[in-house]
Amino acid sequence: MLQQVIDRRLSGKNKSIGNRERFLRRFREQIRDTVRRAVAGRSIHDIEQGEDVTLPRRDVYQPVFEHTGGTRESVHPGNREYVRGDRIAKPQGGRGGGSGGEASPDGVGEDDFVFRITREEFMQYFFDDLALPDLIRTQLLPDAPEWKSRRAGFISDGTPTNLHIVRSLRVALSRRIAIGGETRRQLHELEAQLALAERGAPGLPGEILALKTQIEALRRRLKTIPFFDPFDLRYRNRVRVPQPSAKAVMFCLMDVSGSMDETRKDIAKRFFILLYLFLKKHYERTDVIFIRHHTQATEVSEEEFFQSTETGGTVVSSALALMHQIIQERYPPGDWNIYGAQASDGDNWHQDSARCRELLVGKLLPVSRYFAYVQVGEEDQNLWEEYTQVQEEHRNFAMRKVGAADEIFPVFRELFKKGVKP
Amino acid sequence: MTKTSARKPAEVAAPALSGVSGLSGTGRRRACLPSPSDWSFELIELYHGEIARTAKSFGLDTYPVQLEVITAEQMIDAYASVGMPVNYRHWSFGKQFISTEKNYRRGQMGLAYEVVINSNPCIAYLMEENTMPMQALVMAHACYGHNSFFKGNYLFQMWTDAAAIIDYLVYARAYISECEERHGWEPVEQLLDSCHALMSHGVDRYQRSQKLSLAEEESRRKDREAYLQQQLNDLWRTVPKPADKPAEKPNRRFPPEPQENILYFIEKNAPLLEPWQREVIRIVRKIGQYFYPQRQTQIMNEGWATFWHYTLLNSMYEEGLLTDGFMIECLRSHTNVIYQPPVTHPAYSGINPYALGFAMFTDLKRICESPTDEDRLWLPDVAGSDWRETLNYAMRHFRDESFIGQYLSPHLIREFRLFSVVDDAGQPELEVAAIHDADGYRHVREALSRQHDLNYREPNIQVWDVDVRGNRSLTLRHSRHNDRTLTDDVQEVIKHVARLWGFRVLLESVDKHGKVVQHWEAQPHA
Repeated sequence: MLQQVIDRRLSGKNKSIGNRERFLRRFREQIRDTVRRAVAGRSIHDIEQGEDVTLPRRDVYQPVFEHTGGTRESVHPGNREYVRGDRIAKPQGGRGGGSGGEASPDGVGEDDFVFRITREEFMQYFFDDLALPDLIRTQLLPDAPEWKSRRAGFISDGTPTNLHIVRSLRVALSRRIAIGGETRRQLHELEAQLALAERGAPGLPGEILALKTQIEALRRRLKTIPFFDPFDLRYRNRVRVPQPSAKAVMFCLMDVSGSMDETRKDIAKRFFILLYLFLKKHYERTDVIFIRHHTQATEVSEEEFFQSTETGGTVVSSALALMHQIIQERYPPGDWNIYGAQASDGDNWHQDSARCRELLVGKLLPVSRYFAYVQVGEEDQNLWEEYTQVQEEHRNFAMRKVGAADEIFPVFRELFKKGVKP
Repeated sequence: MTKTSARKPAEVAAPALSGVSGLSGTGRRRACLPSPSDWSFELIELYHGEIARTAKSFGLDTYPVQLEVITAEQMIDAYASVGMPVNYRHWSFGKQFISTEKNYRRGQMGLAYEVVINSNPCIAYLMEENTMPMQALVMAHACYGHNSFFKGNYLFQMWTDAAAIIDYLVYARAYISECEERHGWEPVEQLLDSCHALMSHGVDRYQRSQKLSLAEEESRRKDREAYLQQQLNDLWRTVPKPADKPAEKPNRRFPPEPQENILYFIEKNAPLLEPWQREVIRIVRKIGQYFYPQRQTQIMNEGWATFWHYTLLNSMYEEGLLTDGFMIECLRSHTNVIYQPPVTHPAYSGINPYALGFAMFTDLKRICESPTDEDRLWLPDVAGSDWRETLNYAMRHFRDESFIGQYLSPHLIREFRLFSVVDDAGQPELEVAAIHDADGYRHVREALSRQHDLNYREPNIQVWDVDVRGNRSLTLRHSRHNDRTLTDDVQEVIKHVARLWGFRVLLESVDKHGKVVQHWEAQPHA
């Protein structure tokens, strides 16, 4: 009766992937909320991880017609002490009788539905929130052949995918012309003689016949030249070019004066995360330095950077000076690709803004790959005006205003689309 | 009770052990099959051959067997699509998949050892992780137990077409994904949600369904779409009727009689549905119908399969084919499967269908072979008859409800110490209605039988009326039994009904005097 034993182990295990996708799509909003919350609570370094998503039970519940209440009778095994007519207190947990063991220990019957989304899914939702998921993927998750391999002409050996058809045909054509050149010349000569012999009346029939035989032989020879020969094949050639440097350091500079509230910090944080992800894709190692400042700047841990609040005035130049100091001490520009990202509401102490510009132009920009300034808040401030002058003169400096979280990605893209190639 | 059920197989196995040693003394013992703990394809085929031979000697009639070895992950996939090798896509299967996977990964649950599909050939999955004794147990259980049940039981014969189900599911999957492409995923998902809410009210309980192959199904669909649309338009016809025809009676009822199959009624009569929507409803309905016999024969089906894996393996052991260690491992799994915790046990969650089913078939065999006076009194037809014929008859012609009503013996009621409890929502306490004594046997048996009657368990809701001449609202009627009301979900479910019907939907709950005691209503797009 046995037909045969089939080994299915190697055939597709992810049969349910379509169902899982549909599930995620249905609860997109909730998952997005979770991701948003998770981003706020996470360190920049472990931004790329999965996350547990909790859905309220009623959301994933599928209703059906069901009975409740009234009178019902149920049969159970394992009677020890009861006889007919005994009365028993109803078990806690509502349903009574039939579900002695079903009530959960703390009396809460409704468990939430918890599941885990993967790293990729997390990133997808993260970028989703930033309004342009597709673009970010091409920007941030490239196969990056540009950085690793370059085109280098054509070669006669390679894989079929790299076959260049036009080139190959061109080579074939030139080969045919070259090999058949002499033969074809003789052929033309003979044809001319034949034409002459046929036109000229006193031609001997024997001569015409001989010419024809010769012509025929030459034609046959031409025909044996192959149209296409393996020798003609040409393939696109690519060579791998090693990247000069694989280390980057990213300075996050943030204003923590009283005017930077939670929302503004969140915007700043998202900007820093994007920059971090961007750098991480292109460098083997990325260090992140956090500098926060009010009237004085300090280097702090990430946690302190985002969480503690301080009030007071604002002296932006203090942060720039500290950045310069750290570069000199720990990150020689010859070895490191230096990136700066500054976020502030731009409300600087008046006389300080000019000094900021001097510091940037004189010390930081010459050693930095790129320096981006993001002003959270729309008002024009004196720092903005000073920086505008910097932007005009320096290609590796960019600045933008961001008002809300969903504007970050477009701004980020704009900042980095200027051909800033590490 | 705990001890009884855990000890039982060992007790039964003991004489077998001694019997075998006796046989070996006389030299009748055959060479044992090799029994390493790891399986291999050759071993599976070898064991399968022996199991098949043994099953044949007992006269089990089965579909051909197709064994498939799968991984744990594939088993989780199979769980997610209700055990079927292929199914249409829906988020609820994804939910099932995610939660099964999570529980499995965290070690909160083991996977089933086997999944078997009511198809022809009968497909049985063997999980890669199982040891060789487990594979043998699974083969005996699924390929000969379940398989013969699928082929023999009248409900399966009447309601399911084993040869066509896989084809139908392939068709369903392709059709629904085509709908998603053509109409967008959102309307398809909403439609499926609504259908799923009514799935248990989308089966014909009494009418027989017809059997169709994939090709017929496909070609008939198009005819059906065109034809249906005509029919519908006819119902709501607005074209003036010729004057010479007599006007219809103003109080004509529609439907003329209440309809139990709500999904079918909607598929055929909902005025605004597109043809593809009707087809999707039909697919859900058909698949629900396919599973309907399984839901009604859980105890019998599992009991039958368990009885046979136990009988087949023991018989092979007695022939000397199986080693002691091999048999011990099989019995250990067998014992775990038929464990029935008592009601006071923290792990109690109702009656274990394997335990009760196995006990009932074993008990039936006992009554045939060595009946007591009590058995002769209670089951006069069975006592002393040929056990194979009796069991075969019982397997073919019953479902859980009637099987228990017919064959549950006082002996078994005592052994399980069954008792019946009445829970009246109006009373502060539960009342014990009957226990395992002379006065109670009949009552317990009836109560247990009723408990397994789907018609009793599921609310009786029928299509009552359609306001054909007015606002086209649909009225459903819930007939109360024992004052049982509906849960709060009802509001959500009738929203789904309204979405399908396209107009206002009313649900009335009537007591036994036909008086409406409660009602709900929902508007589409509300």
